[in-house]
Amino acid sequence: MTRGFNLRGTFAIFTFELMRAFRTFFQSIFAPVLTTSLYFIVFGAAIGGKMSSVGGVSYGAYIIPGLLLLTLLGETTSNASFGIYMPRFTGTIYELLSAPVGVAETLMGFVGAAAVKSLILAAIILVTASFFVDYHIAHPILALGYVVLVAAAFALFGFALGIWADGFEKLGIVPMLILQPLTFLGGTFYSIDMLPDPWRRVALANPIVYLVNGLRWTFTGKSDVNIWASLALTLGFLALCAGAIAWMFKTGWRLRS
Amino acid sequence: MEPILEISGLTKRYADGPVALDGVDLTIGKGEIFALLGPNGAGKTTLIGAVCGLVRPSEGTIRAFGMDLAKDWRSARRRIGLVPQEMATDMFSKVIDTVSYSRGLFGLPASPARIEEILRSLMLWDKRDSQIRHLSGGMKRRVLIAKALAHDPELLFLDEPTAGVDVELRRDMWRQIGAMRAAGTTIILTTHYIEEAEEMADRVGVIDKGRLLLVEDKATLMARMGSVEAVITLEAPLADVPARLAAYPLTLSDDGLKLTYRGHGGATEAKAEVAHLVQALVEARMGFSALDTRQSSLEDIFVDLVEQGV
Ligand SMILES: Nc1ncnc2c1ncn2[C@@H]1O[C@H](COP(=O)(O)OP(=O)(O)OP(=O)(O)O)[C@@H](O)[C@H]1O
Ligand SMILES: [Mg+2]
Repeated sequence: MTRGFNLRGTFAIFTFELMRAFRTFFQSIFAPVLTTSLYFIVFGAAIGGKMSSVGGVSYGAYIIPGLLLLTLLGETTSNASFGIYMPRFTGTIYELLSAPVGVAETLMGFVGAAAVKSLILAAIILVTASFFVDYHIAHPILALGYVVLVAAAFALFGFALGIWADGFEKLGIVPMLILQPLTFLGGTFYSIDMLPDPWRRVALANPIVYLVNGLRWTFTGKSDVNIWASLALTLGFLALCAGAIAWMFKTGWRLRS
Repeated sequence: MEPILEISGLTKRYADGPVALDGVDLTIGKGEIFALLGPNGAGKTTLIGAVCGLVRPSEGTIRAFGMDLAKDWRSARRRIGLVPQEMATDMFSKVIDTVSYSRGLFGLPASPARIEEILRSLMLWDKRDSQIRHLSGGMKRRVLIAKALAHDPELLFLDEPTAGVDVELRRDMWRQIGAMRAAGTTIILTTHYIEEAEEMADRVGVIDKGRLLLVEDKATLMARMGSVEAVITLEAPLADVPARLAAYPLTLSDDGLKLTYRGHGGATEAKAEVAHLVQALVEARMGFSALDTRQSSLEDIFVDLVEQGV
């Protein structure tokens, strides 16, 4: 696969995708700042005031990793899905399909750009959060690594979604109707240990619980679930999405007629 | 003729669609301009798509630069350029950015000087910092051409380069295509306009319903196909076609008021002959009140071809 690997092509895709994001720079910064602030006002100040702490961490600080993922998963997925869906929709994808780039170059360009955008987004959210609560990141390097991993996995997921979707509704449906509810129910704003038993077991079937807790562990050193399960799940999801996309490129499904 | 593209037995059946290509064999020589003519739905775009990686062939092989496209697509594609039929551009990008992007995508190092040269040759340099959505239709088409030229392809596909382009711009594009050929680029273009093939091509292929009906040198084909019909409405009726006009392929209407010329010697020659005929009429002091000329349309030619069972 690396024979004749088109590194310049990868870089072209990468910079093009970043430029696309910076065209809507203010929207991409302002929206997460606003939503993060709103969550902190509602959950942090209003509700958090009545809840002293969760597992020794102030409630405001406790919800940061979940909040971060809530925005990150949604934004990364829709960003990546639009990145490939729009060229399909407008027809500009002809150029990508006729270029000397294969699935490796394409994904490295798209996913690399998506990961960078997600990191910027994460930084913005963390800075915003610092205006509302004092928090401390227990394992900053691991936190960074985990955010990159999750961003890459959901960029791949979004990419696959953008190839699968044959209309704008479908692009919106998955983040709105699947990702967002699962994230809300995934222990973003509470510890699943707070749930009564049948619901606790139901919650454990929600994959997002593992993502939230994986990230929470890097922040607080505490997790409701085994963090190795979190890591395995994230890597498994990443591999699954990458495999699906490799298959799409190999068969040309919804790409080449 | 050193072959640059060899297509053999190329067949494309779209899923739940028609057979768009049916066993096409075609060899293109290095440095030539090849025009692919055919009515709507004939399979021209499909043929181009199969070579450029947009369409997956159902059967057959395609070799470019001696390489099998199914295997060495990465190396082959670096040397192939495509200007698509459909206007597809990233509306929010600047002209210069989208053209530079194309060069990078095809694996070449950035070259502002080369990009400038391309943009200037297509008269887009002044528009380099404009967003594409602010350009006119003809300019957008030229942006697509600039993108296709950005990696200096040796083999260039132009799918209806002059559709929806005004006459002046069309002539201009013909000149530019001529310049590309002069620079050594092999060009395959599709068109509905016979003059376009006549003006530019070295060889012409006619395709219909996915089958390549014929491939011929332009000169041979034009002699066979190009025809012009001219109807001259006379002021005074004639009993017969005058002897001094006997050299022209003329017929006289029953009322003796309409002379009809039908020339088959190729559209250009036939038009020149009509001009001579008019001169002859003036010299003979035969008054006429109207002159209508009609060039055989591509449709007529297809009908002819199919009827001849070529
Ligand atoms: N993606 C597709 N799926 C199914 N059928 C298709 C597809 N693309 C083209 N066709 C069909 O294949 C046939 C050939 O189409 P093609 O676009 O190659 O024709 P064309 O010669 O380029 O026509 P035009 O002059 O109108 O551009 C047509 O019948 C068309 O309907
Ligand atoms: Mg076409």
